[in-house]
Order: sequence, then structure tokens, then C-alpha cells
Amino acid sequence: MSERIISASAALAEALHEEMANDESVFIIGEDLVSHEGIFGQFKGLPKSFPGRIIDAPISESAIAGVGLGAAITGMRPIVDMHFSDFVTCCMDELCNQAAKIRYMLGGQVKVPMVLWCPDGAGLRAAAQHSQSLEAWFVHTPGLKVVIPSEPADVKGLIKSAIRDDNPVMFFQHKQLFAKQGVVPEEPYLIPLGKAAVKREGKDVTLLCYGSGYYLCKEAADELADQNIEAEIVDLRTLKPLDMETVSQSIRKTNRVVVVHEACLTGGYGAELAARIQEELFDYLDAPIKRVAARDVPIPFSPGLEDYCLPKVSDVVTAVKAVTYR
Amino acid sequence: MVEDAKNLLELYRCMVTIRQFETMAGEYFAAGEIPGFIHLSIGQEASSVGVCSCLRPDDYVTTTHRGHGHMIAKGADLKRMTAELLGKKTGFCKGKGGSMHIADFSIGILGANGVVAGGLPITAGAAFSIKMRKTDQVAVCFFGDGASNRGPVHEVMNMASIWKLPIIFAVENNQWASTTPQADSGSVKDLSTRAAGYNMPGVSVDGNNLLAVRKAAMKAIDRARKGEGPTFIENKTYRIRGHFEGDPQKYRTKADVGKWQKKNDPIDLFSKYLLKNKKSNKSSLEKIWNDVAEEINDAVAFAKDSPFPEPKEALEDLFVTPSKGGSPS
Repeated sequence: MSERIISASAALAEALHEEMANDESVFIIGEDLVSHEGIFGQFKGLPKSFPGRIIDAPISESAIAGVGLGAAITGMRPIVDMHFSDFVTCCMDELCNQAAKIRYMLGGQVKVPMVLWCPDGAGLRAAAQHSQSLEAWFVHTPGLKVVIPSEPADVKGLIKSAIRDDNPVMFFQHKQLFAKQGVVPEEPYLIPLGKAAVKREGKDVTLLCYGSGYYLCKEAADELADQNIEAEIVDLRTLKPLDMETVSQSIRKTNRVVVVHEACLTGGYGAELAARIQEELFDYLDAPIKRVAARDVPIPFSPGLEDYCLPKVSDVVTAVKAVTYR
Repeated sequence: MVEDAKNLLELYRCMVTIRQFETMAGEYFAAGEIPGFIHLSIGQEASSVGVCSCLRPDDYVTTTHRGHGHMIAKGADLKRMTAELLGKKTGFCKGKGGSMHIADFSIGILGANGVVAGGLPITAGAAFSIKMRKTDQVAVCFFGDGASNRGPVHEVMNMASIWKLPIIFAVENNQWASTTPQADSGSVKDLSTRAAGYNMPGVSVDGNNLLAVRKAAMKAIDRARKGEGPTFIENKTYRIRGHFEGDPQKYRTKADVGKWQKKNDPIDLFSKYLLKNKKSNKSSLEKIWNDVAEEINDAVAFAKDSPFPEPKEALEDLFVTPSKGGSPS
């Protein structure tokens, strides 16, 4: 295994290069992809390597998502770039009424091998319509898979699996994490969807997280270790399907849980996790489950306001202390 | 365009099949044998048959909540259609879709749709895929005058034009968007005039005249197949039944409908054409009605004899499992 360190953006571009070289039916469609190689530089080198397969569309989200779906059901394997995840609202019919349901409604006549690539998350002072974390909407829509990587190595392995999956996959990647560096093997590899990763072992508390929440947990766990609290970090990576087995194993060991996500609290994925855990693991819990999440307001613009609303490392530390009664 | 008599009779038979199938569906709905709600296209048969009869089996069609006619005209099996309407396991969608989501991918029908204009973005994708795969297939999207006012229509027409997608926009202007007259909901009288705004040819035709629809469809399909881009066809027709079966239709009178039908029923018009031009005779046409009735009876018998799905089958067909996977290279 090589110890090469690259950014999440580079990991994404590398994976896409591999998949597009591997399968001629893969193409990427979205807005402003070619000249800037993706508005975050996430598709670096692709327009040159695969001319005609990175498609700049008009600003027409319904039609773009529709192209993804219509192409997926007629032999292609499209990746739809949502520009900003917030713009899914402009094509919710295509995603939730059509793509998620078409296979089921039609009695399994068709498969929908399509990836919706959605850059999401706050922290860029981008205000309420360019900062959201909307994963819970799609977890709540039967027929979609929901993937949210954190580290660069996860990005590479998961996007490859998402592209190869014969079902529609919502793939959320946090904008603030594009520049994050990490060890990414140079050789091709897959990370299966529906498989969580225990990224730090510990005996005192389980931190359940994904995406940007992972980095909050990582820092919090270091801080907690100084105070003799050993946190175990479970990076879910895929929200749907959920790897309940890994979650369960960890909780049976630690008996305490804190769920961390950047999406706002109410109706968030943490609520689903808390419900599942109390249904299946109530007897293993030594404390109520705590959730660390954003405040229940739209993301505000002014830096002080935005920072106030987002979950912080200190929130994770406080929550862990509460469930460990320390 | 010279049409041979055998083909003309096949077209006639297809229209009669749609009429009888939907009449049957209306009766079974009224009798409580078809759950949910159904939307019939009686009166619009010339549009379905006129367009679909010009297509190849590998061409794509997206249809609407009023989609039985398009299915039949593209060649769908009546037995499996009837079974789907009755919610049976042997239906096209194993009872998971019903009338509003009826589809047969094996003949290129990419689905009826419960969302007005929901099929257009899907058609754009099918047409885009045709371009990428470099085949000479075409894709037709049927939609109504009501759908023509929805946002995705604008997006898809613009996209189809700039990319010269092989799409035939087949709008069936049946005069009624549910309860609202087209004149009260559309900005223009002839919807085809909107095509100019997208730099594509647009034509309004008498949608009750089968041969007129066919002529327009052939031209549009030929253009699309040659890679010259999309065409917008408005088939002006009329919805003889309510928006849905059981619609109290307070927005019009029975006399209005009767008056229209007496003059414009597409099947009557076509049979008059066949007789006048000596392409057929009364007894041959009657035989067609009788043969079709038998076919419908067989379909109903098949559907009635078919089992309902087991309740737990509701949990099947959501995801493809296992997925492609394979080596990571």
C-alpha cells in the first residue's frame, strides 16, 4: 500500500478518470463543468481526457436531472452534477417522483444506474441557499441510496462504487472538505456502499458521524483522550443503506452514543439513528443518546452568525461528557 | 403519401382496439373492479395511432396519466395491460403501477406518468442517450395542453433545440386541462407557435384526422432520425370522457360533448374515409370491431383469472440487488 497524500478533490477526479476509462457509458452532465473543470476544480483533467463526455448543460435542473434519469434507463451510466446541493429543489420531481420510484412503479422492469453528485455543507459564508445539508430528505425517499464520504480515501472508493451501482445514488460531498488531504492508495479500489468504518477505536463512547461531522469527532476524540475518555468513531459513509451491524457492535462495547452531523437538528438523520438504536439496543445503553447538529434556522450569512449555528468540536466534547457523566 | 389498404385497416383496427379497451376499462372502473382512478383517451385515438404507427419498435415513447392509447398503439399486450389495471401480479408492473404508471420497456414505452409533464425530462435523457450511443432511434413525448404550461417543458424544449435531440414533442391538445379550458390556461391558441421560441419547427394538425397526424409525425420522425433535431406537433383533439372516470364534468354539458363527437369522432372520420375511398367495406369494418371485442374479452378473462400479488411482494423491486460491482480497476 502506497502512502500517497492527495486532496479529496484529487481523489474524486482520479476515481472519475478510472471509471470513465473503464466504462464508456459513464458521462458527467451539469452546469459550468468544462471551462473550470468543475466549479470547485473537482473534475480536473476530465474534460481533456474525455471530450464529449463532460457535458455543459443550460441552467435547467429539471432537464439535467431528467437527462440523467432518461439516459440511465436507456443504457448509460450518468453522473449528474448538481452544482450546489441546494439546487436539488429545482428538480425534486425528477429525483424523488421519477428516479427514486421508476423501477418500483414499473415492477422492476428497469434499472437506474445514476449518481447525483451534490456538493453540500456550510462554512463558506454562502448563506442560506448555498450551504445546506439536505441528506435527510433523500434518506426519507424510498428508492434512493445516500452516500456521504468524509476522508479523501473514502471519496475515491465510494464514488467508484456509486457509479457502478445499478440504483440511483445521492452522493453528497462537503464543499469545505474538497481541500482536505489524506492518504489515498494509487491503485484502484472500491469501498462497498452500506459499509461503515470504525476510524478510531475506543471503549467509553461511540461517536456516530459522516461527512464533515467526522472531522469534528476526530478533533473531539483527541481532546477527550487527554481527559482519559476513549471515544470510538464510526464513520457511517453510507446513510442508506445503513450499516447497522457496525453501529451495533460499537454500541454494545461502549454503551454510550453521540450522533454528530452538520445538518440541522430537527428531523435530521440523527433522529433516525437515535430511534433505531433505542429500538434495537435499548438494553445496551447506559445513558440517553445525544445529538450534535446545526441550529434549526436557515444558514445565515454573517460569519459570527453562521459559526454560531454550526456544530463545533466543543459541542461534541460537551455531549460526550454528558453521556459519560463526567 | 400513398397508404396501402392493408396498412390502413391495421391502423383502423388499432384505433378500434384503443376505443374498446378504454370503454371496457370505464365499465370495469364503474363496477369497482379497477381500484384507484383512471383517465381515458377516448376521442384522442388518432393522435396515439397516428404518431406511434410511424415508430420503430426500438424507438422510445414517454406517455402520460392518459396513456392507454399510446401503449396500445406502440404494440403493448392487452392481457398484461388489463391485468395491471386490475392490480394483478401478471400486469406489466406486477400491480405496483396501475393505469398511471403503465409501461413496457420491451417496446420502448418508458412509462406513463402520474406527474403532469413528468415524462418530458425523461425523454430528454432517452434522446441524449441515443445521441451518445450514436443510434438512429427517436424519442416521442406525449403530453397535454395542461402540461404545456409547466416549467420542465421550457427546459426540455430549449435543451432539445440546442443539442438537436431526436425528440418529437407530441402535444395532445384535448381542450381541457382537467377542468380548465385550454383557452383560459394557455397564452396562445395554437400551442405549436411556441416552437418558434425554441428555434424548432412547430405544426398544429387536426388531431382527429389519422392520416394528417401520420403525415406530420412521419416528417418529424424523419427529421429526428437524420439528426436534424426536434419537432413540435400539436394534435388538436378533444377529450370525450371526463378528466378521470367519475368526473362530474361541471365545466361542460353532455350536449357539448355529443355535438363534438358527432362531427369529429376520429374513428368515424376514418371509417368514412375508408368507405368513401373504397379501401374497405362495411362488413370488413364490422368484422374488425367483432375481432377486437373478442381480443378484449380474452384480455379481461386473463386479467380476472390472474392472481393478485402477495402483499409481501410490496417489498420487492425497489433496488437492483446485487449491483454490478466487479473488479475495482
